[in-house]
Amino acid sequence: MFETKGGVLFIAGLGFFALAFLSNAVVPVLMYKDLPEQPVEELVNSRIMYQFEDLARRYPEQFKKYVGDPTEENCAKLMRLGRQIYIGEGCWHCHSQFIRPVSNESKRWGPVADSSEYQNALQRPVMFGTRRVGPDLSREGGRHANDWHAVHFFNPPVVSPDSPMPAYPWFFDGSPDKPNLRGLAIITYVQWLGSWLKEYPYYEQWEDINRED
Amino acid sequence: MSQTVATTRGEELVELKLVKLHFLAAIIYLGLAMLGGLLMAFQLVSWNGLNGIELLAPGRWRMVHTNGVAYGFLANAFLGALYWVVPRLTLHRVYSRALSWFIFWAWQAIVILTVLGIVVGPSLQAADWVQELAKRWNLPMSLGAQGLEWGETPFWIDPVALLGLFLVAVNFMAPVLKNKGPLYVTLWYFLAAFVWTFLTYAMGNLLSEYYLTGTSSGAVTGLFIHDLVGLFVTPLGWGLMYYFVPIILKKPIWSHGLSLVGFWGLAFFYPLTGIHHFLYTPIPMFLQYGAVISTIAVEFVVTTVIINFLATVWGEGRRVYTNLPIRWFYTGMLFYFLTCLQCALQVTLTFQKLIHFTDWVVGHAHLVMFGVFSLWLFGVMTYLFPVLLGRPWYSRRLAEWHFWLSAAGVFVMAGDLILAGVFQGYWWASLQPWDVSITGSHPFWVLRIFAGLAMFGGFLCFVWNLYKTWCEPAPAQATAPAAA
Ligand code: HEC
Ligand code: HEM
Repeated sequence: MFETKGGVLFIAGLGFFALAFLSNAVVPVLMYKDLPEQPVEELVNSRIMYQFEDLARRYPEQFKKYVGDPTEENCAKLMRLGRQIYIGEGCWHCHSQFIRPVSNESKRWGPVADSSEYQNALQRPVMFGTRRVGPDLSREGGRHANDWHAVHFFNPPVVSPDSPMPAYPWFFDGSPDKPNLRGLAIITYVQWLGSWLKEYPYYEQWEDINRED
Repeated sequence: MSQTVATTRGEELVELKLVKLHFLAAIIYLGLAMLGGLLMAFQLVSWNGLNGIELLAPGRWRMVHTNGVAYGFLANAFLGALYWVVPRLTLHRVYSRALSWFIFWAWQAIVILTVLGIVVGPSLQAADWVQELAKRWNLPMSLGAQGLEWGETPFWIDPVALLGLFLVAVNFMAPVLKNKGPLYVTLWYFLAAFVWTFLTYAMGNLLSEYYLTGTSSGAVTGLFIHDLVGLFVTPLGWGLMYYFVPIILKKPIWSHGLSLVGFWGLAFFYPLTGIHHFLYTPIPMFLQYGAVISTIAVEFVVTTVIINFLATVWGEGRRVYTNLPIRWFYTGMLFYFLTCLQCALQVTLTFQKLIHFTDWVVGHAHLVMFGVFSLWLFGVMTYLFPVLLGRPWYSRRLAEWHFWLSAAGVFVMAGDLILAGVFQGYWWASLQPWDVSITGSHPFWVLRIFAGLAMFGGFLCFVWNLYKTWCEPAPAQATAPAAA
């Protein structure tokens, strides 16, 4: 049996693979089956809308040209595009998106990651990440203002000396005050990260935009 | 059937041109992938003069690096070796000659499209027509890389790649299945690998891309990353060792019993380890413990395999020095043992706290992918090219340089990165500003560049040696290839 075609094919090839699949994949899938996947539209919250409207005010011409009005629908659209760029540009090979309960990570970044945070369309497949050249981003929203991000993406060392993060001038129409569609989208996506938490941003004062109006 | 008949038939059974072409393709992609790695390495120390050029974005080229290595280099080199080994072991041709050629071209198309997709895809992501298409087909995926580590192959190539893997399985399983009676060790590994590779690719690329979200997709991605190493690369690699080592040493493997333990231990435990890539994630803790325990079990299994091979060469230790292919193989095994030792440590939750997310893991990845499997494949190529071309290597010295630069390069790179990882882990845990971990890593990253340049230099020696060997006028009448 151990040296025959049948043994190798059916026991090792199919059987053991299936066993691992059952125990390592089907079990978690069943455990989370009652947590439905949230569509992107439901992920738009008042915090991310605050940032989105801020983008519209800060870069009125660019925003008008590429996005139109700062509606919730457009916000969802940009979050989706932002995540596609995040994947396509390989940001996730330098940044993780989960806080571990060890190594003082919750002191540095905020609350430890929880399964329910990841049960949405922007985490299919999940962006946990396996390498941190740069910091974790799962609580990044609201940590920096939109124009900080714009300058940072245009040329990271300007705001963060010695930064090895690559420059992304193609997110802009020539200068950091002119983000194009990709620039607006990636900033929206980054500002969304962590916006669902109670403490947002974790360590800075945040004011609801509606209070002023 | 007498032994001599079998060897002459072996020559007829093998499609030599395919072996050569697959090896050539492998070498070209390896060069490209190494350049991608170098680009990222220069970026990390901020010496990248090409920073800001969209089509040379280091983030994209890092994915070309890993995928080029997996699907361009390793897959092509394995295919070439399989075309040599499988017909000789089974005494049957592969399923179909036409199919083999189709697979060759289809696979090159897949790799080239993958590279193009990863490099150019993100540039088109915001274009109107892409948005239009995405809306019409309700596509959440990006045109470029997909968010699956080591499976970044754009989603629109996945079906073709799956078809390719299926055809590969058919092509090679046909001769194996025609074989009567018990199989040789090599064929256990190969047979299982054909099934596993297809299933793994399908699982990772389809399930986590289309059906699973969040934590459960994390579990499946972990399974995918690890199965790709453990169920595609590892069994093919060991299968080749069980074939080439006894042939070159002209003596059988020391213990058949240990071969059995090695194969079945790997088959059982390896697939169970996937989640160890995501320890301390929200994935349920009992699953994480299970992965840790199976990983440690794998180390014991690996040790039995290594003992078996060491016992095989026992008494002929000199040949590890004098015979180049054997030297490549046994150096690879030494690195394999080191990798697995490292793995048994790093998989424990104690180590994970410190070294997860750091360069430690990158050191580990290079030790196993370059230090083990690439070294083995270089050994196979070093052994086969003279046979394929019907003449000895142009220069033994260049071949030596290739060996020493590669082996020393990867040893330095891995040691350097593993050490860097420990430092990074402590800087992070002690809540130093992030910059400290960047500037502190700088010297390590500089040394990594030099190690990488050494590896690349070794590679260039190999290419030059091959070029000269290939183009040398064929020695008169010496058509019968002399086995090394
Ligand atoms: C080569 C690895 C690398 C890549 C690729 C990379 N980053 Fe970074 N990133 C860093 C490093 C290192 C830092 C910390 C230094 C700094 O602030 O620039 C950083 C910082 C950041 C920050 C600021 C974090 C903070 O709170 O200070 C954000 C936001 C960010 N990156 C987003 C991105 C996005 C989005 C992408 C993809 C478009 C990306 N990064 C790609 C390495 C990288
Ligand atoms: C010229 C030599 C090489 C250089 C300079 C190099 C450099 C790099 C760099 C900079 C990274 C990214 C690390 C990070 O994110 O911090 C990387 C990742 C990786 N490289 Fe290489 N590399 C080289 C050769 C190779 C070869 C030949 C292989 C395989 C055969 C390989 C396999 C990998 C793998 C698997 C990863 C992913 C690691 C991970 O995500 O943990 N590399 N390499």
